[in-house]
Amino acid sequence: MQSARKTSKELRNMNLRRRARTDIPLLLMTLPGIVFFFLFNYMPMAGTVLAFKYFIPNRGIFGSEWLGFKNFQFMIKNSYFWMAVKNTLTYNSVFLVSGIVFPMMLAIGLNEIRNKKVARVYQSLLIMPHFISYVVVSVIVFAILSADSGIIAHFLTGMGREPIAFYNEQGYWPIFLFIVYSWKGTGYSSIIYLGTITGISDEYYEAAVIDGASKWQQIVHITIPFLKPMIVILAIMKVGNFFHSNFDLFYQVPLNSGLLQPVTNTIDVFVYNTLRDSNDVSLSSAVALVQSVCGFVLVVVTNKIIDLIDSDLSMF
Amino acid sequence: MKLFKGYKRGPLEISDASSVVLNIIFVILSLACLLPVLLVYITSFTAERSIIENGFSLFPEQWSIKAYTTMFDQSLDTILNSYKNTLILTVAGTFLGLLIMTMYAYAIARKEFTFRKGLTFYAYFTMLFSGGLVASYIVNCNVYGLRDTFWVLLFPGMAGAYNIIVLRTFFSNAGTESLIEAAKIDGAGEFRIYAQIILPISKPALATIGLFLSIAYFSSWFNVLLYIDDRNLWTIQYMLQRTMREIQTLVDNPDFAASEEGMLLLYELPNESAKMALTVISMTPVLLFYPYFQKYFIKGLTLGAVKG
Repeated sequence: MQSARKTSKELRNMNLRRRARTDIPLLLMTLPGIVFFFLFNYMPMAGTVLAFKYFIPNRGIFGSEWLGFKNFQFMIKNSYFWMAVKNTLTYNSVFLVSGIVFPMMLAIGLNEIRNKKVARVYQSLLIMPHFISYVVVSVIVFAILSADSGIIAHFLTGMGREPIAFYNEQGYWPIFLFIVYSWKGTGYSSIIYLGTITGISDEYYEAAVIDGASKWQQIVHITIPFLKPMIVILAIMKVGNFFHSNFDLFYQVPLNSGLLQPVTNTIDVFVYNTLRDSNDVSLSSAVALVQSVCGFVLVVVTNKIIDLIDSDLSMF
Repeated sequence: MKLFKGYKRGPLEISDASSVVLNIIFVILSLACLLPVLLVYITSFTAERSIIENGFSLFPEQWSIKAYTTMFDQSLDTILNSYKNTLILTVAGTFLGLLIMTMYAYAIARKEFTFRKGLTFYAYFTMLFSGGLVASYIVNCNVYGLRDTFWVLLFPGMAGAYNIIVLRTFFSNAGTESLIEAAKIDGAGEFRIYAQIILPISKPALATIGLFLSIAYFSSWFNVLLYIDDRNLWTIQYMLQRTMREIQTLVDNPDFAASEEGMLLLYELPNESAKMALTVISMTPVLLFYPYFQKYFIKGLTLGAVKG
């Protein structure tokens, strides 16, 4: 009896030692990451209490006075804030659909190109815009739209018409921004779809051809169903970012032009401009917190909905 | 199956007519991606007079390399310094970021790791909720005192939960499990397994994420705009962004443009072709690199898309 108990104790010790031999090095490896996330992700999360405070720099975040919901009251009364919300949601709704449909169409088309070498050349060129920074994009857009030496301006004057000062005309910009966004992202986003499409076994298509299905029917009944899980996941990720906008696109491409604000002012641009130009930490932090909370709720809710529809597709 | 100029069409391939149409569409789309970029290169070699008279054009009347000589005369020091900052940032950020993320991903990919679940969630939660711009700004400036330092450009973008999850998926692929078991029996420790087994077989994933990181660092300008006042810490993209912003300030405020200060700014600003030359030197490295990595990141992206 005695020896048996001893053995089990020894076994447990051995087990513990074995575990420690794995756990300690692994824990050490995660340490830089743990510290990183703490400093640059979790600390800013704690910093969101700023939204309920009147921030005084020398008192720091935690020393500043509590204000309750005052900052949010200011936010609700601010018409620029509502303009930013409306713009953000409108652009994101359009981008949600176009950001899925365009890359999918491109991938389906690219897959049908018979000469695979030519298809690779197309793909290299189509993803090129992704590798150009938005600052450079803004230079290109300026070269096309500028009223002095822009391509369109010279084209118009060549036809005997007045050039348009695009940077003062807000009406055109929703379309310009849509074009820039699609130009930059479509080719690159199509990579994932193309990967899935090339992975679909030919047998499905062969069977469909024997049944007399047209190419279009094959796309609708075979290709798109195979892409569905990916579409769902990408859509959740996009919906989770619904209150966020691409700062580079909305700030840098229109060059933060004052006259264009009604169509380029998204939440991120608003937060930046309030923080940096009017130095209003309280208002901008309230807006930033609302943005984060809405994003969080959206991710959790959309994931829950997808979980109810098809639990295989949800992310957690 | 019919024969067309010696080409035998497979049963699944599209018809000849459709193929022609599809190729035409793709040629147009490819040109739409290529020409705007080409425009930058061409205008940087266009004589300034041609731009003023005929605007930006793909077929300039007069070629010139004066844009480059003027640009280097005007601001060689700033350009070199900004480029140096950008390169240091790109190399250091990519290296450190990959190191932190691969170690973390390796640990949470190991099934025997006791804190696996907890640490996966610890990283994952940062994807769900973020402190946002303002809180990060205040924490970085007021708590860590990073304002106007090189570190604020380097640290915040170094690691991301999404990339860690992608790497973890890659590391926990079926093949690695047995390799790790075998190495353990041979008495290899975790660090050795990570460095000598996992990293070498994960080259596509490392190349993919390394490329993303380096492009993000190479293109970074927003953090400079937000945190930096010191000219010595500018990056090349920020230099370009600043030029564009100053042009817009002058357009937005005709009064300011006419003032003495405005005239001085106007005088200092690079002219159109010099601006394009600056654009060329700020984007060429990436455009040269990405085709070499294309094979890797297409593989990496497709794998990363598999549910993690």
